[in-house]
Amino acid sequence: MNTAVNPNELTSDDDYGPLYASRKKVYPQSVSGTFRRIKWGLMAFCLGVYYFLPFVRWNRGLGAPNQAVLIDLPNSRFYFFFIELWPQEVYYFTGLLIVAAVALFLMNSIGGRLWCGYLCPQTVWTDLFYAVERLIEGDRRERMKKDKSSDPMKLERISEIVLKHSIWLLIAWWTGGAWVLYFNDAPTLVKQLITFQAPMIAYIWIGILTATTYVLAGYMREQVCTYMCPWPRIQAALTDEWALNVTYRYDRGEKRTSVKKAAELRALGEQVGDCVDCYQCVAVCPTGIDIRNGPQLECIQCGLCIDACDTVMKKIGRPTRLIAYDNDINIQRRQEGKPPIYRIVRPRTIIYSAMIAAVGGIMLYALLTRSLLDVNVLHDRNPVAVRLSDGSIRNAYTVRLLNKRGFDRVIAIDVDGPVNATVHVVGVDSVTPDRPMIVIGRDQTAELRLLVTAPAESNPEKSIPVHFHVTDIGLGEAASATDNFVAP
Amino acid sequence: MTDHGEIDSVSGRTTTGHEWDGIKELNTPLPRWWLITFYLTIIWAIGYWIVYPAWPLISSNTTGLFGYSTRASLAVELANLEAARGEKMAALAAAPLADIEKDPALLALARAKGRVVFGDNCAPCHGSGAAGAKGFPNLNDDDWLWGGTLEQIMQTIQFGARSGHAKTHEGQMLAFGKDGVLKPDEIVTVANYVRSLSGLPTRQGFDAAKGEKIFTENCVACHGDGGKGNQEMGAPNLTDKIWLYGSDEATLIETISQGRSGVMPAWDGRLDPATLKAMAVYVHSLGGGK
Ligand code: SF4
Ligand code: SF4
Repeated sequence: MNTAVNPNELTSDDDYGPLYASRKKVYPQSVSGTFRRIKWGLMAFCLGVYYFLPFVRWNRGLGAPNQAVLIDLPNSRFYFFFIELWPQEVYYFTGLLIVAAVALFLMNSIGGRLWCGYLCPQTVWTDLFYAVERLIEGDRRERMKKDKSSDPMKLERISEIVLKHSIWLLIAWWTGGAWVLYFNDAPTLVKQLITFQAPMIAYIWIGILTATTYVLAGYMREQVCTYMCPWPRIQAALTDEWALNVTYRYDRGEKRTSVKKAAELRALGEQVGDCVDCYQCVAVCPTGIDIRNGPQLECIQCGLCIDACDTVMKKIGRPTRLIAYDNDINIQRRQEGKPPIYRIVRPRTIIYSAMIAAVGGIMLYALLTRSLLDVNVLHDRNPVAVRLSDGSIRNAYTVRLLNKRGFDRVIAIDVDGPVNATVHVVGVDSVTPDRPMIVIGRDQTAELRLLVTAPAESNPEKSIPVHFHVTDIGLGEAASATDNFVAP
Repeated sequence: MTDHGEIDSVSGRTTTGHEWDGIKELNTPLPRWWLITFYLTIIWAIGYWIVYPAWPLISSNTTGLFGYSTRASLAVELANLEAARGEKMAALAAAPLADIEKDPALLALARAKGRVVFGDNCAPCHGSGAAGAKGFPNLNDDDWLWGGTLEQIMQTIQFGARSGHAKTHEGQMLAFGKDGVLKPDEIVTVANYVRSLSGLPTRQGFDAAKGEKIFTENCVACHGDGGKGNQEMGAPNLTDKIWLYGSDEATLIETISQGRSGVMPAWDGRLDPATLKAMAVYVHSLGGGK
């Protein structure tokens, strides 16, 4: 119905609701069970890798960095165990990002927000901060009581708060500290950091990451997932009806009522569900929602409510997994008396897996076959060709040699182009005619100006291809590039 | 905060009390921290106005609290850059000209520096790639009016040609026609003779013997026997394939009649010695250097 708008309603200033909503603090309760164990394990693994990886050494020979994983920005090198990447090979990172994105899609089509619940840094660190909080201030009820307490300024309470924040800050500081270790030799940097010799930028980054970790994991928590992270919105578009999500299986009946009442009603032959309305699933939820209301944006699908409910179900002797990784299709099927089906292999997951395999395969192939000696050639554009006084024609090229090995090498350059052409590298007096040799330092590039001169009698009419072959005269490793020889 | 909205029956949430065409707006308040962040950005912006140059005045602008300006900071950064490069440039200045090309690091520095300085100072005449133009020599080829060794190139860059500098190269292509030394038909004959020196076709019925005679009497003094040129006087080699002003008959007639005296400015005193060296090395490394 179309009610006319009262103009007064639009102009009066007391017709607004609250301008803002203050956060309802969540007090997740501790829980134990399968998913909690998985989460502990993954947390230990992820944090262990993050915190300790910079200290792993990898021998690359004398003078080369011996840090297994190192992003060497000043020298534009990236080291990852046996792999050393050069700036022009950043496409490996592109590949890695593609694989990561598709892996996210794959996870999503199999188990919903598996990333959010188990692997996302926000989840992992928040979980860790909660563990610290629980250890110091006690579990849900105690924390709620302490927060509500009318006399919060007891010494005991203050020391608790100070201790909690100190440990939080310590973790946050270590988080920021570990980050900068990836960009410099870790043991050296640690020493420098302690003696205040480290570059300013290191302290700045540690400061930034300490602050963000402390604020995001200590204060923002589930609000990051609900308000700041785009993924909950995106993933809804990527998921499908077969994806397994944390689901309250309402097919196990309604209504929800206490154990005692349920028994009575059952005795009378009335309908009751398995849920005993104990609110355990809500109490443990780190985002503070009630999963029994169906899928919600806030749910990060950590599975903790499954553990909580399982514990209850065991206690009252009903089958577990009243809350489980499941989907609506199966709820429907069970209601219709059909057995549930779980379809992990479906077109979507096959395509995602194939994409991961393909991109991964291409990257691996490129990595294994990439050459450690490289040559790039750039033809002079202005002038493209020069006529010399005796009528011969010269073309000049900028040749860039790349030595990706950890030792100096002698490289011979052969040019295969116009008949009887002579080759000269500026600044190099060739010992062997027409075959200049260049020494190129370990892990370096050399840019040369190379002149190819075709005598007058073999002047090409227009443009002919010219090939540049570079050979490591010690190892025999070779690379080549092709360009054109042009007549004026 | 007062809450005048009614309760929406579907969502159970309050409304803002606004209604348009029967559609009521649900009240979905922002989280407090979001709002605080928003206000903080506003405060930040005001701080920014005060701290940094921001407001335009009639003929200037507010300078900000610390007198920061991008122009001043650019000057500082450039000075820092110069200081950082100082060591390398000092090495370049100290190295004997002949040794620079033998040291890969110095060569790379000289070429990089030379390319930039060339682009700034020489490109207007010689072209960005030193390919030259009519009247402006191509520096990539091996034909040099004043010599193509590193030292000779250096000298030409330093003092120029007909530049007015005390040490400049001097030498003139005389205006044989304008000054009445040769008659027009003689000029045509000698022009064809010059073309024959480098194997270019000549006009039908042209008298080679007469051409040679005119050439010997008038041109050999500068261009040498057989027209092989003379770098002392900047007289070009007339037997090769390279022509500064062009080799067609009309151009040659014009050259012989009007004379030529292109000017290469002297760079000594305008650029510092290290820069001059870098430029000489760069030009030499273009490929035509002897
Ligand atoms: S509803 Fe369950 S799965 Fe979702 S966030 Fe809460 S505890 Fe985790
Ligand atoms: S924990 Fe299980 S039984 Fe308890 S309220 Fe949640 S769903 Fe119901």
